[in-house]
Amino acid sequence: MTIAETSPSRTINIESLSFTSGAHLLLKRALRDLPAGARLGVRASAPDFAVHLRGWCREQGHEYLEGDDQFVAWVARGASAGGRWRQAERAGLSDAKVNDAVRAVPPADWGFAARGAAIEAGGPSFHYALQRKEQVWAENVQKLYAQAVAAQWNPQTAINWEETSSTGAADEELERAVAQVMTYLIENENAALQTPARFIAQIHPHFREVLQLLAVQIADEARHVEVFTRRATLRGGELGLSTVSGRQSLKTLLDEPDFALATFLLSVLGEGTFLNLLWFLERHAPDPLTRQIARLVGQDEARHVAFGVGHLQYQLATDPALRERLAMAVTRRHEALSQTAGLNEEVFDALILLAAGSWRPEDIAAGYARAQTLKDEMRAGRQGRLEKLGFSSAEAAELSALHTRNFM
Amino acid sequence: MNDHTLLLGAVAYDPKVVTIWEGFKGWFHKHGLAFDYTLYSNYERQVEAHLAGHIHVAWNSPLAWVRAARLARGAGRRAEAIAMRDTDQNLTSVIVVRADAELGSVADLKGKRIGVGAIDSPQATLLPLSHLRANGTSPFTDFEVARHDRLAGKHGDHIGGEREAALSLMAGTVDAACMIDSNHLLFINEGSMPAGATRVLAQTAPYDHCNFTVFDDAPRELVNRFRELLLGMSYNDAEVRPLLDLEGLKEWKPGRVEGYRALEQAVEELKFYDDRGNITIADYQY
Repeated sequence: MTIAETSPSRTINIESLSFTSGAHLLLKRALRDLPAGARLGVRASAPDFAVHLRGWCREQGHEYLEGDDQFVAWVARGASAGGRWRQAERAGLSDAKVNDAVRAVPPADWGFAARGAAIEAGGPSFHYALQRKEQVWAENVQKLYAQAVAAQWNPQTAINWEETSSTGAADEELERAVAQVMTYLIENENAALQTPARFIAQIHPHFREVLQLLAVQIADEARHVEVFTRRATLRGGELGLSTVSGRQSLKTLLDEPDFALATFLLSVLGEGTFLNLLWFLERHAPDPLTRQIARLVGQDEARHVAFGVGHLQYQLATDPALRERLAMAVTRRHEALSQTAGLNEEVFDALILLAAGSWRPEDIAAGYARAQTLKDEMRAGRQGRLEKLGFSSAEAAELSALHTRNFM
Repeated sequence: MNDHTLLLGAVAYDPKVVTIWEGFKGWFHKHGLAFDYTLYSNYERQVEAHLAGHIHVAWNSPLAWVRAARLARGAGRRAEAIAMRDTDQNLTSVIVVRADAELGSVADLKGKRIGVGAIDSPQATLLPLSHLRANGTSPFTDFEVARHDRLAGKHGDHIGGEREAALSLMAGTVDAACMIDSNHLLFINEGSMPAGATRVLAQTAPYDHCNFTVFDDAPRELVNRFRELLLGMSYNDAEVRPLLDLEGLKEWKPGRVEGYRALEQAVEELKFYDDRGNITIADYQY
């Protein structure tokens, strides 16, 4: 191909390339920076080239002019060519670290367009309930996403299943206690999977990193459901008991329609409390496999908590009144659950037994003390996270005490 | 019909026609023109309704324009083409044969079977047949005509007839197929005809396609405003661009009628309409 400039026109030799093999690419490139009305002389030798060029010009808004001895045809660039991009606007910048890369309120009609793309004006409005940066963003979101991706583990290879099938909980009743705790954990993971999933389609895709992080978070929960199920049934037994109160408590998370409040209840208070439970299992579970699972899951959950805290800190910086709403959400949930039985008794007893490791009275006493310590650690952890969100020590202690007895 | 609202007739050759005219209706309203539209199932019905005063302006196929002009003349009135798409100007039709066929010129089509579109398709039937006749081979006597009737009455707006002719060519049931220049490329790109499997044997002279037609009793002020708004639509305008994309144009052009001479000739040759606009062709069900 050769392009020659003979102002104000230009010529191109397309050789034997036909319209059925991509000739239009070369024509578009040659016409791209010509002013409207300027002409492009086209040399070409493909069969039926002029027939196709005529039709192409008409569809593209260029004028087709009959050729002569040298040229198959001349193309006069149309005034409307490129019109589609004349009012195009760049949708922020791809790198969120650059100043103003992420818009505070991206227009609804940017829709699915990539952040940083040049966007043709017009098109349908997407109705995103979460379309303001302050509603979803966190300063640490990029870092957390990078960590989340780097820390993905394969349940098949990251966990030593073989070792445990021979060395697992020696005692059958201990094994049943493990299965009961796993049953409870799965229930909680289901809530932690579906609650953010509800919001994903409500978030403007301009906030790419938030969508990415929540998507990985949901994938984390999917893996957790898998490994807990696999651990519970490792010895061929079935899963344990699921109580009404447990499901009632978790349903209030899924029913919360406000992203900030749901994030607060699920990630900051719920998953935060859950973290203590996982650390407890990492220390006291009777078999190395369960301890290994608790450690891996705990790493993931810590990220979920970090995003929840990071996001609420971000939103609170621009909307301090949110703090009052957060407090009310805890109170409201407490009232909604006040008539329920609280934590599944079977779960708490199973935790005592796991921490005891045997049925000897002195071991049970030690297990009971450890389970009480767990509750204290949970309370202290919640209090610390509430203080990070700007609640006073007294407020934090009061709200922490109102948190669901179901832990999550 | 009142003379406060410009009423346009269009033929519903595809469901998208509703989207197109609802879109234009909203746009005209926004720009102060009271506008509404009526859809017809075929161009014959639309032209007759237009002459009877049921609509002010008709979005006409080239064949509908020919009939409207004849009907108007017969009634002592006058038809005018007020605007058309840029893509309605300077189309050509091609007669396509299989690449390996021993057919070097139009004369070689004698004794062959030629696939055309619907009976009333200007681009895939009337104009190519007229072109072949002008080049020395007459349809029906010198060669057989294989019609591919799809949605008769819609004057070939539906591409199905042309595509079927192309498929017949590939299947070997016809020796040549007629289509718009750009559809040759389209059918190759969509896979109806493999690349390199066909070649263009002949090409008609450029002709024009659709236009907005009015008769001389149309409410002048409304029609002028309509035309002015059409010609003012810019492809650079994000609001109107989706409508222009759907209707297949970059800009509206003032109407012109020189581009219909070849079709007038073809209508005569096939005795499609008489000079007063009556339908005279046999076997035309719409």
